[in-house]
Amino acid sequence: MGLSALALISVSALALAGCATSNDDAAAPDADSSAIISTNGSEPQNPLIPTNTTETGGGKITTSLFAGLVSYDADGAIENEVAKSIESDDATNWTVTLNDGWTFTNGEAVTSSSFVDAWNYGALYSNAQGASYFFDDIAGFSYDADSELTGLKVVDDTTFTVELSSPEADWPLRLGYTAFMPLPSVAFEDMAAYGENPIGNGPYMLAEEGAWVHDEGINLITNPDYDGVRKPVNGGLDIIFYATQDAAYADVQGGNLDVLDAVPDSAFETYADEFGDRSVNQPAAIFQAFNMPYYLEHWSGEEGELRRAAISMSIDRAEITDVIFQGTRTPATDFTSPVIDGYSDALEGSDVLEFNPDEAVKLWAEADAIAPYGDTTFDIAYNSDGGHQAWVDAVTNSIKNTLGIDAVGKPYPTFAAALDDRSNEKLTGATRAGWQADYPSLYNFLAPLYKTGAGSNYEGYSSTEFDTLLEEGAAAETVEDATAKYQEAQEVLLKDLPTIPLWYSNVVGVWSESVNDVVFGWDSVPLYFQITKG
Amino acid sequence: MLWYTGRRLLQMIPVFFGATFLIYFMVFSLPGDPIAALFGDRQPSPAVIEQLRAQYNLDKPFIVQYLIYIGNFFQGDLGTTYSGRAVSDVMAAAFPITFRLAMLALAFEAFFGIIVGLVAGLRKGKLFDASALVVSLLLISVPTFVVGFVLRLVFGVQLGWFRTTVSGAAPWGELVLPAIVLASVSFAYIVRLTRASVADNLNADFVRTATAKGLSRRRVVTVHVLRNSLVPVVTFLGVDLGSLMVGAIVTEGIFNINGVGGTVFKAIKLGESSTVVSFIAVMVVIFVVANLLVDLLYAALDPRIRYAK
Amino acid sequence: MPNKPGQAHFVAELEDTPVAAVDRLDENEKARSTWADAWDSMRRRPTFWVSAVLILLIVVVALFPTLFTQVDPRQCTLGNSNGDPTAGHPFGFNRQGCDVYSRTIWGTQASLTVGLLAASIVTLFGIIVGALAGYYGGWLDAVVSRIGDIFFAIPTVLGAIVLMSVLPTATPITVAFVLSVFAWPQIARIMRGAVLSASNSDYVMASTALGVSKFRILLRHVVPNAIAPVIVIATVSLGTFIVAEATLSFLGIGLPPSVMSWGNDIGTAQTSIVTSPQVLLYPAAALSITVLAFLMLGDILRDALDPTARATR
Repeated sequence: MGLSALALISVSALALAGCATSNDDAAAPDADSSAIISTNGSEPQNPLIPTNTTETGGGKITTSLFAGLVSYDADGAIENEVAKSIESDDATNWTVTLNDGWTFTNGEAVTSSSFVDAWNYGALYSNAQGASYFFDDIAGFSYDADSELTGLKVVDDTTFTVELSSPEADWPLRLGYTAFMPLPSVAFEDMAAYGENPIGNGPYMLAEEGAWVHDEGINLITNPDYDGVRKPVNGGLDIIFYATQDAAYADVQGGNLDVLDAVPDSAFETYADEFGDRSVNQPAAIFQAFNMPYYLEHWSGEEGELRRAAISMSIDRAEITDVIFQGTRTPATDFTSPVIDGYSDALEGSDVLEFNPDEAVKLWAEADAIAPYGDTTFDIAYNSDGGHQAWVDAVTNSIKNTLGIDAVGKPYPTFAAALDDRSNEKLTGATRAGWQADYPSLYNFLAPLYKTGAGSNYEGYSSTEFDTLLEEGAAAETVEDATAKYQEAQEVLLKDLPTIPLWYSNVVGVWSESVNDVVFGWDSVPLYFQITKG
Repeated sequence: MLWYTGRRLLQMIPVFFGATFLIYFMVFSLPGDPIAALFGDRQPSPAVIEQLRAQYNLDKPFIVQYLIYIGNFFQGDLGTTYSGRAVSDVMAAAFPITFRLAMLALAFEAFFGIIVGLVAGLRKGKLFDASALVVSLLLISVPTFVVGFVLRLVFGVQLGWFRTTVSGAAPWGELVLPAIVLASVSFAYIVRLTRASVADNLNADFVRTATAKGLSRRRVVTVHVLRNSLVPVVTFLGVDLGSLMVGAIVTEGIFNINGVGGTVFKAIKLGESSTVVSFIAVMVVIFVVANLLVDLLYAALDPRIRYAK
Repeated sequence: MPNKPGQAHFVAELEDTPVAAVDRLDENEKARSTWADAWDSMRRRPTFWVSAVLILLIVVVALFPTLFTQVDPRQCTLGNSNGDPTAGHPFGFNRQGCDVYSRTIWGTQASLTVGLLAASIVTLFGIIVGALAGYYGGWLDAVVSRIGDIFFAIPTVLGAIVLMSVLPTATPITVAFVLSVFAWPQIARIMRGAVLSASNSDYVMASTALGVSKFRILLRHVVPNAIAPVIVIATVSLGTFIVAEATLSFLGIGLPPSVMSWGNDIGTAQTSIVTSPQVLLYPAAALSITVLAFLMLGDILRDALDPTARATR
């Protein structure tokens, strides 16, 4: 396969996916196309500016308000929206061609500049946008000074080119993420005001000026001019903000809410009986683990390697996911997620993730021969406001029962407190770690967390072997080659265990009798546009 | 009386400065960098964090931060939240809802608490007294998060008598069930307090005198026993108003009410000093006024107490 | 006792009047303190002994848990999760598969420490501060009451988070301390109100007229007559402090899960209320019994300290 094959593959994948979606037939015959679907959400952390929306509360809304170059289908494959094609011969220089006829809801046409200006805004140092690092592989990006993304060039109204600083075969895969949405020119006049009443080009739009009532909810209605692959068959969305999942669940039970995308702990045992086929429990792109810092005594070098493997093998993941989570988690077999293309349950060395008490005791004893562990307590740090206590207790009990060491959970009152000890290397033991993918790619699960010096690599893991494989994967000519490299890179991780994988969070959702055709996407959010009601 | 009231209101000034300083300092001492924590597991570049820290004055020493806050406060600017909203807007949304909820809860606990306590006190040792004790014990030993969860399940989900959560506008009707939950523990306090005071006063000289004078029992109970028993109860209600407003974290969470307790709790966890301090400053004012009202009520309830100093 | 409703009468019965007490006056008896009198009257009441034995039992459980259970409360296997009672495990198992009976026994110590310690600090401090403020009034009242307002306005959760972060580990003592710091103004206010009432009563006026010193009047007459509502609040708050610890745990800022307490168990039981109510039932029942014992004791103590109530028996 030559370089041109790459472009062909990506384009045909887009085209195929585009064909597969025709939702008009899916609607139930008596469905009311003006019905409003109510669903749960949470108060966005920031004004609704796509490049500053990095959390799920705001992400759910911006995804509905905007259409990017591509969007993701239920399986996480990309489908063209505004893009007609995204092509490259060398995985470094990309040419993006737009479809004609797209407009923002204020009538302005969506052009190349709508994207280029928005991305430049998001990347600019002094704009301090939370998602700025998504642009760091575009030529001209700077982390410490204002600089233009020189890699972005507008050719004409429907064409622009992108120059990356290094080749990336799966670059188009990330373009459905909210950071890459276009902005109308009115946004740049007063970004703060725009963030309160955003104007987009997506399947939905704000019901009216001020439709976002802070801490209460936001009302969206169908955008009549939208003609992409996510054409709504309902009249709109009422996203109601909840402080707890528990309250939202009670509202579905009480008939005040149509669709809920998260079932609380207290209903794990009962939701399936109560909602039957109006519920879903499927893997999602969320990876859960805990990390062992290298700076602690007993946890570095050969001794640390043995101990990490022993700890990993002393955890009965199957039983914990079954009993504590009632099957709403899936035991981990790699470092990514089953919903991502390239996920594998057969990586070399993945038996270290299986419960094996005899081997665990043996490895622990071998480590003790190097340096005796003594009666130090093994602790797992977590922020106590995130619902982690139940599994931490179960994991520490499992370790304790297998290895005979004292193991306990170590709660921090706030996330800030936990993060502080983590980033200042003041941990006394392991720490909870988790990652939800921004876009469906293996790379997004690996690079930010384990690459030398990466932003979320708090415990300071560094492996030349891993870094090299990651770079080779990114620069690979085909997606298949890239996947192979990324899997090889994970085999390095399985040997080093900088993190001890636990399980993948499932998306567990329920919905009321009044709605139909509820399908959850790869990102744990329902595909709202195809829900029918009535 | 007027002089007394005026002097009490003037005392608000030192209380305001004391409270805001103390709370600002406490929020300042919270561990960790609040800005970094905003981004969760997905950290942005350090440059972004630095800029945001500067924007919220978090890069300055404590005393400077406090003085900036106070300076802005007196220009009518209460600061902004980390999501860029004016704190005054957040207050305008949360306080009316919480006020309605607290008033309802206060009314419930006062009305039912005093009646049950009065009857229990009059029939001390009888069946009613014992039942009241059992109910109080139950309410004391089962935490609000359990009481709220169960009541919502039974009356909201299963029987459908109440809406399971409170909608955004939080009308009075929807706040009834949350108010009952919120009032439950204080109800137990008031029953015990009233019962004890009533039982006490039944033996007091003025009751004997009234009885000896030949007043009807109803009159003795309502005019002499009850009125004199209310001093500790009214004091308790005055103090409780504050706990009902700031302490409603759990109840607000269960019924998804966008009120003061939940907002302050969230702000504390985020380390958002301007929100916490502004809300608590208002609470302090409410306290001072509520306690003043209680003190003025004393004089009405117990003619021997006078403030004509 | 007064007459039944509707039964009008014009002359009080003898036992309803202080005359009965005067009739029993023994002029040869030495003058006795209020407290000695109280003890005399208390020990004659059976409920006193019931509550005393209960409290003693609870204290023994707290101090020597191994006398009551040999099961290791930290030996938890998920295979037993939310399991029903079996031989040797009379209360069944919790979500983590730990023995509920054993945990309830072992949790007594932490919970009792939190409840007793917080209630004692709050009551003692509240009585002193409230009595001085109510009795002397003036600037002392103003300063003390306004400091109380400040402390009461500070959310307990804020104090808890700050303190828990400053201290390396949260123990029952730190939790008790946090709870007391923000709860004393309540008792102080109630004491102050009761003292305001009591210090205007006839016997205080009489003592003043007799030339007894002001402070002596406060100790001998005002405090004993004002203390009734405080005892009620103190005994009830003993229970609410234990529950407050549970709420703090529920909000993620209480005792760490490695400390066994009823509060921690109640806090985690919330997730299993529907399916396994036993997990909540037993620690809550233990808490109820403790509160009941202290409520009864408080009731009797209050009666005993009230000279008019005693006179009629």
